[in-house]
Amino acid sequence: MAKASFEALQDGPVQRLIARGAWTLEGGLVSIDGDLRRFVQKRGGAGGLRIDLSGVEKLDTSGAMVLQRTMRDCGKQAERDDLLEGFDGADAQAQALLKQAGSHLKPCDLGGDGRVSFMLVLERLGRTTVSAGAEALNILSFVGAVVARLGGTIARPSRFRPTPMVHHMEEAGLDATLIVGLMSFLIGAVVAFMGATVLAAFGAEVFAVELVGISVLREFGVLLTAILIAGRSGSAFTAAIGSMKLREEIDAMQVMGINPLDALVIPRTLALVLVMPVLAFLAAFLGMLGGGLAGWAVLDIPPVLWVNRTQEIVTVSNLFVGLVKAPFFAFVIAVVGSYHGMMVESSAEELGRRTTTAVVQSLFLVILIDALFAMFFLELDI
Amino acid sequence: MSSVPIAPPTPNRDPVIRVRGLVNRFGDFTVHENLDLDVFRGEILGIVGGSGTGKSVLLRTIVGLRKPQAGRIEMLHHDMTDLSEEERAELNQDIGLLFQDGALFSSMTVAQNVMAPLREHLKISDRLAEEVAAMKISLAGLPPSAGAKYPSELSGGMRKRAALARALALDPQIVFLDEPTAGLDPVGAHQFDELVVSLRDSLGLTVFMVTHDLDSLHHDCDRIAVLAEKKVITVGTPDEVRRTDHPWIQEYFGGPRGRAALASTEGAAGTARQHA
Repeated sequence: MAKASFEALQDGPVQRLIARGAWTLEGGLVSIDGDLRRFVQKRGGAGGLRIDLSGVEKLDTSGAMVLQRTMRDCGKQAERDDLLEGFDGADAQAQALLKQAGSHLKPCDLGGDGRVSFMLVLERLGRTTVSAGAEALNILSFVGAVVARLGGTIARPSRFRPTPMVHHMEEAGLDATLIVGLMSFLIGAVVAFMGATVLAAFGAEVFAVELVGISVLREFGVLLTAILIAGRSGSAFTAAIGSMKLREEIDAMQVMGINPLDALVIPRTLALVLVMPVLAFLAAFLGMLGGGLAGWAVLDIPPVLWVNRTQEIVTVSNLFVGLVKAPFFAFVIAVVGSYHGMMVESSAEELGRRTTTAVVQSLFLVILIDALFAMFFLELDI
Repeated sequence: MSSVPIAPPTPNRDPVIRVRGLVNRFGDFTVHENLDLDVFRGEILGIVGGSGTGKSVLLRTIVGLRKPQAGRIEMLHHDMTDLSEEERAELNQDIGLLFQDGALFSSMTVAQNVMAPLREHLKISDRLAEEVAAMKISLAGLPPSAGAKYPSELSGGMRKRAALARALALDPQIVFLDEPTAGLDPVGAHQFDELVVSLRDSLGLTVFMVTHDLDSLHHDCDRIAVLAEKKVITVGTPDEVRRTDHPWIQEYFGGPRGRAALASTEGAAGTARQHA
């Protein structure tokens, strides 16, 4: 089949556009479209225009649309079909296609407007700022609702649902022990090894004990646990609650008179608040163990010396400084995760975006709170 | 087996889809056993059957989304089972599929959805792609304002129309519709039926439609194929199928809903069915 082509002949007052070949998207319509537009632009609306289709071997809706568009852009109406405007040589099928294309030849709103990119950047900045402010307020109000509901639950313990809480303690706590333990063991070992390497320059390898003890107990243990739990459970909370929201399960609960905060958010929050200190303790213990083993294996510091030094210098208040932060981190992770789950609307795509946002925001808040605690303990001189 | 002989294909009609001896199994569960079916050019074929008789599985197998355990499928005279990747991609440009919930790309607007197959397969200029998309959107019965909207902002009926516009983007020869009127209100469903028939008439489409909607069956379909007992137990014009002596068919078309649908099509638009 020949490729689409056209040629213009002047016939007295009428210009004849002879179309040939396959006027289809696959048949080369794409490549002659530009030529056809230039022809129309050069020609303008002067004189008559009849388009001859007798040489057209194949026509599709797009071809018919381009032909009708050519007519329209020359200021002609094919429907008039008189000497000066119209189509020739179209068979019944082509006529049906042309008629259909003619009636659907209309502009369509494609989105996007003619503004310059600088204005769009400004607008986006403004919108992001406003929505960030609104989101902060929303989270605060959600925190308020959860705290109020928790208070109500204490006043009326019959509202409390122990079964889901235990379930979430298992999922977020027990199932996470292996990964949390392994991570802190390795971090403890790395800190001991790196610290000792640097301290060796001053002949002070033995201070690696203090380094490991204080950093793991005060910061690394609890912070690593929080980071892992935010990635593991915070995202799971958003995904689970969000997909329930998408399937209208939460609306169904409300209609049945079940408060979604009671059923979904409070068990998750309490579960996380209860298991996080345990996980943080485990992390601190395994971090110290990792540091001690690394000291023994690589730096030749005997375990007895390590333990004695730790007992002498690293006070137990360091452990409490670390552990006291755990419930706060847990609360933030659970509430932010649940909040984003509850905010999912309309599409699965938003669920994915919300899950990402939940993890990023809870990590940010965890580190922010950690910094505030550090300043607080600095002032208290603990 | 009370299977009724398949109506002999009219000799001069061109079978665009030929299914022979199709077997589909899920583990031990056999959905199709030696299923045969012909779809002819330019017709609207309705597929009916009870839940779990494998209507959607048949559709997915024919378009190549599922590999059958045995059997031959010919589409547009190509054997689907031994096509290379490229040949299949080429063949796929000649078919359009309307999924049950539209399956529009949620990150793109309706217009971008319609332009996606054009841009993927053709070196098309933005202007021409936009014009073609605008026409298809209008052809599918959507207002111009729908082009800039995202699928999540559309109602169910509009989403189906947008998906139809995308399915028609490359001027396919065969369009597969999976329950096109499910979830639409009666007015919307009727408009969709009309749209399918008018597109078939003007574009010469072949339509393969899985449906439960008795109104669409009576209004749209030239032929109906009934799936039961793991195969096509009968295929023919709606009248022929209705007269078939099979308990399920009698129950399906003879039930209160079947009679109501028949009465409404024969009363109000009795001539509309005989457009072919």
